[in-house]
Amino acid sequence: MQTALIKTKRNLGRYIAYIFLTAGALTMAIPYLWMIITSVKPIDEIQNYLPSFYVHHPTLAPYRELFFLLPMWRYLLNSFFVATLVTLCNIFFCSLAGYAFAKHKFFGRDKIFLLLLGAVMIPYQVNLIPGFIIIKKLGWLNSFYALTVPNLAMVFGVFLCRQFIMSIPNDFIDAAKIDGCSEFTIYRIIIFPLIKPALATLAIFTFLSQWNSFVWPLIVIHTSTMRTVPLALSVLNSQFGANFSMVMAGATVVTLPVLIIFLCLQKYIIQGITMTGLKG
Amino acid sequence: MPSKKSFIRRIIEQRYSYLFIAPVAVLFFVFVFIPVIASLFLSFTKYNVLSSPQWVGLDNYRQIFFNDPRFWKALRNTSLYVLGVVPISIWISLLLAVAIDQKIRFKNLYKALFFMPVVTSVIAISVIWKWLFAGGKFGLINHWLMKFGINPIDWIMSPTWTLPAIMIMSIWAGLGYNMILILAGLQTIPKTLYEAAEIDGAGDWHKFWRITLPLLRPTLLFVVIMSAINSFQVFEQVYVMTRGTGEGVGGILDCALSLVAYLYERGFERFDMGYASAIAYILFGIIFIITLFNLKVVRSRFEY
Repeated sequence: MQTALIKTKRNLGRYIAYIFLTAGALTMAIPYLWMIITSVKPIDEIQNYLPSFYVHHPTLAPYRELFFLLPMWRYLLNSFFVATLVTLCNIFFCSLAGYAFAKHKFFGRDKIFLLLLGAVMIPYQVNLIPGFIIIKKLGWLNSFYALTVPNLAMVFGVFLCRQFIMSIPNDFIDAAKIDGCSEFTIYRIIIFPLIKPALATLAIFTFLSQWNSFVWPLIVIHTSTMRTVPLALSVLNSQFGANFSMVMAGATVVTLPVLIIFLCLQKYIIQGITMTGLKG
Repeated sequence: MPSKKSFIRRIIEQRYSYLFIAPVAVLFFVFVFIPVIASLFLSFTKYNVLSSPQWVGLDNYRQIFFNDPRFWKALRNTSLYVLGVVPISIWISLLLAVAIDQKIRFKNLYKALFFMPVVTSVIAISVIWKWLFAGGKFGLINHWLMKFGINPIDWIMSPTWTLPAIMIMSIWAGLGYNMILILAGLQTIPKTLYEAAEIDGAGDWHKFWRITLPLLRPTLLFVVIMSAINSFQVFEQVYVMTRGTGEGVGGILDCALSLVAYLYERGFERFDMGYASAIAYILFGIIFIITLFNLKVVRSRFEY
């Protein structure tokens, strides 16, 4: 009797959890569903019917219109190129610097590291204006240089790599030194393979944050061919805001690649967040 | 005291270390260190990019604090946004985390669904929600409100409702991220404590208030501080939501003008770079105070 009561009570808690989570999950999914449904809805269905999840005559016309009106392939390519280049460079530069900060003793090491650490507290908006002026002075406005160079070696990656490399035993490195390996060989054959999990996290997050990056491109890109996809979507919103199915087609094009990456690598991404507290 | 020669020799011996940190150091110096200093300098000048900066001393700050109602409007809106978004988002995230921490099925599916907005472009999220909030009978949200007998709300075009609409959207978008961090905190609480409480006859309600919440306090404070800092920098949502209203970045009557939106407008639409730098430094000051609060008060008082 007693145990049965406890059991029902415990199950009750679980049912409440299920109801709460399912309601929440639906709230999460509906905007995405609505985006995809709207993107295949003919415009007259949007105007003449009440909002409905059912589409009478699904069509790809909004997508055709989108790719016809804007050079979307070019924008996708821009975004893909920028995100890939920045990711690869960050993996290389951050792990190199992380190795030096973790395992080398050199003059000024701790002071430099403290400086990097302190800078993380500063909101990025403080750098926006002088950053823009520097890019302008360099003649880099409206170029891939402006989109990539400032982000090629970000401080956060250095912390992440340093943290991981510090846990590698010094014996490995000493043994390699005795065998006559150069510093770069040590990095290549010992450090790099051992911190691959950390680098995978770094790669995913750098790629996502670059793909979704908006404020910096907004400031340094003014020509239409150099736009990245979030910029294109914002232009779409302000110029064709009334054509809902086309704007939603644009949103789908921006969102889908990232969602696919996320669903494939879900485990690592959520682990990475828990590990580092960083945001995509 | 090492001699000069041996100092140089040491540097040469350590050349690999310097070579390894060089890319990070150079980029940091050019795109972070110089800008932070330059921004401080610019905040004491008048500068429109075309002519060289003109020193005006504290004029920008004086103007902002004593003679700029739009700045105060932006500060008010941003504060309202932070005070609305942070507590609500964290309470819901906490409940979600506790729910997902039970022995239930489909954990990963739930986690994935809640986490989607974190990896989605804020611009995409904002245009989707703008469409959900659309006026009259077209918007899904108004359609549902009408089904419940509530009058449709003009979310986008009315000065009263733009900021709440942005807040609802941001709460939705932040749930997954906060939930994952809180869940990590929950999993550090020893299960034996709950077992002991059960033996003493404590119910779920008691366990939550007497064990979960107190032991979760460091995690919760971290999440609160992080989301407060993030929320103070709200911009993209405002930028997208207010487009097409025929007004500036702040929307109708500046109803949704945030600090960063105001900074953007002064700096990059009106090229008032000096003035915008001063706004940036004030924002920096606010965030610095929150961070200090985190380091000094929170860390020392609540560490277990």
